[in-house]
Amino acid sequence: MTDKALSIDHVLKDRGKTRVLDDITLFLDPGQRVALLGHNGAGKSTLIKSILGLTPIHGGAIRIGDATPGSAQARRETAYLPEAVSFHPALTGREQLTLFAQLSGAKADVPGLLERVGLSDALDRRIGAYSKGMRQRLGLAQVLLGQPKVALLDEPTSGLDPISRQDLYAIIDELAGQGTAVLIASHALTEVEARTDRIAIMRKGRMVADDTLTNLSALAGLPIRLKVRASANPDVLAAELGGSRINGASVELLCTPEDKMEALRQIAGLGDAVADVEMTPPKLEDLYRHYAQEDLQ
Amino acid sequence: MTRFLAITRTEMLILRRNRWLLVATLIMVLFALALTFAGSAPTGTLGVDMLTVSVASMTTLSVYLAPLLALMIAFDAIAGDVDRGSLSLLLSYPAGRGEILLGKFTAHLAALAFAMTIGFGTAGAVAAFFGGAGPESLMALARLILTSILLGAVFLALGYLLSALAKGATAAAGMSAGLWLVFVVLYDLGLLGAVVMDKGGTFTQSVFPWVMVANPADAFRLWNIAATEGVAIASGMTGAAQALPVWAAPVSLLIWPVIGFALARVAFWRVEP
Repeated sequence: MTDKALSIDHVLKDRGKTRVLDDITLFLDPGQRVALLGHNGAGKSTLIKSILGLTPIHGGAIRIGDATPGSAQARRETAYLPEAVSFHPALTGREQLTLFAQLSGAKADVPGLLERVGLSDALDRRIGAYSKGMRQRLGLAQVLLGQPKVALLDEPTSGLDPISRQDLYAIIDELAGQGTAVLIASHALTEVEARTDRIAIMRKGRMVADDTLTNLSALAGLPIRLKVRASANPDVLAAELGGSRINGASVELLCTPEDKMEALRQIAGLGDAVADVEMTPPKLEDLYRHYAQEDLQ
Repeated sequence: MTRFLAITRTEMLILRRNRWLLVATLIMVLFALALTFAGSAPTGTLGVDMLTVSVASMTTLSVYLAPLLALMIAFDAIAGDVDRGSLSLLLSYPAGRGEILLGKFTAHLAALAFAMTIGFGTAGAVAAFFGGAGPESLMALARLILTSILLGAVFLALGYLLSALAKGATAAAGMSAGLWLVFVVLYDLGLLGAVVMDKGGTFTQSVFPWVMVANPADAFRLWNIAATEGVAIASGMTGAAQALPVWAAPVSLLIWPVIGFALARVAFWRVEP
């Protein structure tokens, strides 16, 4: 027995001579939301298909609870949203979702689910007439069927407008609230930042980072950016603080998280010479660039 | 086991929604009626009733149409889902690949059976009304309908096989057209050529009938011809039928759907969406 919802343990996968998954290890607790980031071709979709048992792995082990990928139990307990999903254009949203409900064996309130994702108006319209965002919503509705142990969402925000994205993350929170572990493969860094418990970054089939955003920032040692606006002469300020002038009135300096308070004290000590201070901690984008692009180091 | 029925129900819905069922039934009715009226001329000279002649004509029609209609539904069955990206989603559900294939097969076969029964049934009724029918010719009509459905089953299964092997729905459609051409046209042409070359030697005597009955389309023709004397006379094809034991054609036509489905199942197993 394991208390992990999803265990990925030293997984290897080769495609021809290329190693597409190289010693991947990742664990998800029930109710945890983890973002899986990486460039195209980093192996995110391959990892998701391995978890679903749709493609074989050549080393290591994957478990959904205690079940092996592709087993009947694993398929009952896993929900999946493929990237840019599409359905048979001749069916209506209601018919398509009814099919999925019957296949999953779960008792489902199909109109209720479609209303939950904002498709109640399009219930009996053909999917062929749906927009890309509507198809994505329909895909999301089938994720909510049953009470999955693990939900795997591959680029769930692609094709969604900003308001739909808000809805999407509300639904993800709801899933996590009922105990589902959610793995979100995504490019939309800024949204993932606020909405996930942990961040895993893949590069060329390897897992290069797997931690909370705060820990990752500390680990990467990325500088905090301080922008100091001078009330009089910025050159004097720049000389005093050791930063660089960035425009007519401001000085920018970079400092490590440990030196941050020291720098602030120094700035405060300058008194009237400083008109304003702006502090920017490293963003996920900077972190992502740091981890995903530190090529061949 | 109710999962494959869920797939069946959805596939039926699609066939009705995209008008395949309507069009296929219409094609069957029109062609069967046209052949029945066009082929009614030799009734008097051959001394058989009009329904018998009609069944003989419709047998020839079915050899071409049943495989064509079957392939027209089957080619999209797997490759289409791969193209849409919905196969990976479908396979993430508890339904097994065998259940998915069986569900589609059941729906498609039911649709074919509907089109065949209505088409040949209508033409048969018209022929019987105008030119008379006997117990024997009614049997021949029933046999034609049943064997046509079997022939359709063969090509549904082979269509799934191609759909699983092809890289996309377009490629699957092309391969299906090739398959149809080989089984329905080229195979017979090849055999004809061989018989002409052989000039009535051992090949024609003992090998040819078996090679012929190995093709499901020919097995279908032979079964219908051998079973009814009147149909055999009307179609002018008795030689090959008499050279074979009675069971040969039925066994071939019954075994082909099983082989085809097993091959499709194996090919589907190897599909990585």
